[in-house]
Amino acid sequence: MRQYAIRRLLLLIPTMLLVSIIVFLMIRLIPGDVIDLIMRQNMFQTQHNREVTQEAIRHRLGLDQPMLVQYGKWMWALFHGDLGTSMWTDRPVTEELRNRLPISIELGLIGIIIGLLIALPVGIISGIRQDSAADYIGRIFAILCIAVPNFWIATMVIVFPSIWFHWTPNLQVIPFSSNPMGHIVQFIIPGTVLGMALSGYTMRMTRTMMLETLRQDYIRTAWSKGLSERMVITRHALKNALIPVVSIAALQVPILIGGEVIIEQIFSLPGIGRYFLDAISNRDYAVVSGINIVVALIIVLNNLGTDLLYGLIDPRIKY
Amino acid sequence: MSLETTTTIRTKSKKSRSLLQDVFIRLITQKPLGLVGGIIVLIMLLTGIFANFLAPHSYSEYISGQFLKPPSINYPMGTDNVGRDIFSRVIYGARVSMIVGLSGAFIDVMIAAFIGILCGYIGGKLDLIVQRFVDAFMCFPALMLVITVMSIVGNGMTQITVVLGIVWGIGGSRIVRGAVISIKENVYIEAARSIGASLLKMITRHLLPNIMAPLIVLFTIAVGGIILAEASMSFLGYGIPPPTPSWGGMLSGNGRYYMQLAWWMAFWPGLALTTAVFGVNMLGDALRDLFDPRLRGGLGRFNLSKVNKIKNKIDNLNRNK
Repeated sequence: MRQYAIRRLLLLIPTMLLVSIIVFLMIRLIPGDVIDLIMRQNMFQTQHNREVTQEAIRHRLGLDQPMLVQYGKWMWALFHGDLGTSMWTDRPVTEELRNRLPISIELGLIGIIIGLLIALPVGIISGIRQDSAADYIGRIFAILCIAVPNFWIATMVIVFPSIWFHWTPNLQVIPFSSNPMGHIVQFIIPGTVLGMALSGYTMRMTRTMMLETLRQDYIRTAWSKGLSERMVITRHALKNALIPVVSIAALQVPILIGGEVIIEQIFSLPGIGRYFLDAISNRDYAVVSGINIVVALIIVLNNLGTDLLYGLIDPRIKY
Repeated sequence: MSLETTTTIRTKSKKSRSLLQDVFIRLITQKPLGLVGGIIVLIMLLTGIFANFLAPHSYSEYISGQFLKPPSINYPMGTDNVGRDIFSRVIYGARVSMIVGLSGAFIDVMIAAFIGILCGYIGGKLDLIVQRFVDAFMCFPALMLVITVMSIVGNGMTQITVVLGIVWGIGGSRIVRGAVISIKENVYIEAARSIGASLLKMITRHLLPNIMAPLIVLFTIAVGGIILAEASMSFLGYGIPPPTPSWGGMLSGNGRYYMQLAWWMAFWPGLALTTAVFGVNMLGDALRDLFDPRLRGGLGRFNLSKVNKIKNKIDNLNRNK
C-alpha cells in the first residue's frame, strides 16, 4: 500500500510538469495582449507617451523576457507557493484564491451531497426492482438529469419564482460569521442545480452495481438463510455495490468544477469559476495559469486519493 | 422433411442478418426507452434538415412592431426583444445543434481511433509518452480547457465543433486504446502478423472491424455531450456568435437580460435542447447495451470484465513487487 502510494506520487511529477507547460503556454497563445487592454484605460496620451508606458508595463509584468525565462521564474515562484500577481488588479493570485476557493469548495461539496442524496435512493430502488415501473421512471429521471443543461435550469429557477411569487433567490453572499444558517442555505439552490448532472451518472452506476451484486453467490446464500429483504439489501448487497459508486462520485470532480464556472456566473457567487471567466476575458495570464494549475492539482490529488481510498474500503484489492 | 427445410432456412436467414439490422430489430423489440430516444432523434434530424420549410420566418428576420410578444397563434413561442420569431429560431437551432453534434462526434471518433490504435497496437515508448500527454489533458475540466482554447482560436461554428471534437477525442482515446490492447493478444492478430501483414492492413482488416462496437458507442455518447457542451459554450459567449441561432446562445445575453419580462425567450430554446440531448442519450444507452453489453454492464448481466479487471490489477501489482 505504502509503496503503491509512493509510486503513484512519483508518477505525479512528470504529469504535473507537462500540465504546467500546457497551462503556461496555452494562455499566452491567446491573441490580444493584456497590455492593449490595460492601455485602453489610458486613452488620452500622446503616441510617444503610449509607447513608453507600454514598454514600462511590459517590463514591469516581466513580459519582455524570453518565454523560457518567464516559465522558469513562474515555476520557481510556484514552488514557493506564489502564483504571481494579477496583471490587471495587481492583487496576488494566491490571496484572491484564498478568498474564492472556499466558496467554490463549499458549493461543490453541497452539490456532491445533494447529488448523492438524489442518486442513491433512486439508483438502489431502480436496481432492486429491475424493469418495474419504478425502475423505468428512475432511469428516465437519471437520463433527464444528464440531459438538462444546468444553465437553463439555473435560469428557470431564477425566472419562474420571480414571476409567480415575486421571489428571487438571494444573489448576494452571506458570510458565515454573520449568519451561519443563511450562509449554508444560500448554497442549496445552486448546489441542487449543480448536483443534478452528477446524480444522473451516479444513479446509473448505483443501479448497475446493484444489479450486478444481487446476482452474486453470497446474496443467494443470504436469501437461502431466510434473511428478510431489508437485511439482504442493507447488510449484504449495499456494502459491496456502493464501493465503485464512491469512486465514480469522486471522479466527477472535473465535471463539477466545469459546472461551477457556469453556476457561479448565474448566481453571482464569487468563486474560482467566475474569477476564471473574468480573467480569460481580461487576458490576465497570471490568474488564468494560476487557476488552471490549482484546479489541475486538485483533480490529480483527488484521483490519487480516490484510488487509495478504493484500496482501503475494498479489502479484495491489495496494493 | 418439409418441416426440417423450413427450420434450416429460418436459422440461415437469422444468421445472415447483419449486425446493424440485428441491432435495429432488437432496439424496436427490446428497448422501449431506446426507441423513444430514436424517434426524438429522428424528429430532431428531420427538423434540422427541413428547417427552411418548417420555420414560418427566417431566423434573422425582424418582424416590425412585434417585440417581446408572448406566445400566441401567430408566434407559437413568442418573439424576442428585436422582433424575431422564437419558434423559427428554435427550429433553425435544431440544425445547428445536429451539425455540431454529429460532426463533432465524428471528429471525436476519428481522433480517438487514431490515438487509441497507435498507442494500443504499437505500444512501447510511443504509448508511454503519448499517454503522459493524455494524462495531462485529463487534469483539466473539459469546460475550462474548451473556454481557454476557444479564446485562442476565436468564436465560430467550425471552431467550436473542431475544438469539442478534439477535446472529446483525446478523452475517448483511452477507451479505444483499452479495446485495442484487449484484442491485440488474439490468435488471429498473431496469425496475421506471422504471414507478414503490413501495419496498414493490420489496422484496416483486423483491428478496426473488431473495435467497431466501442467506436459506435463512443460516437453516440459523444453526440449528446457535444451538443450540450456547444450550448454551454455559446451560453458563456465562447461558442457560436449571434445571429446564428444556437440554443445555448439564445439563452445568453438578451435571453437573460429580458428574462423577467419575457420568460419565453429563455424557456423554449432550453426545452428544445433538453429534449434533443435526452433523446440522443436514451438512444445511445440502448445502443450501448445492444452493441456491447459488457461495456458498462448496462443489462445488469454478470459483469465478468470488471472482475477480470480487478484480478489483472492485483496480478500486476503482485508482479511489480
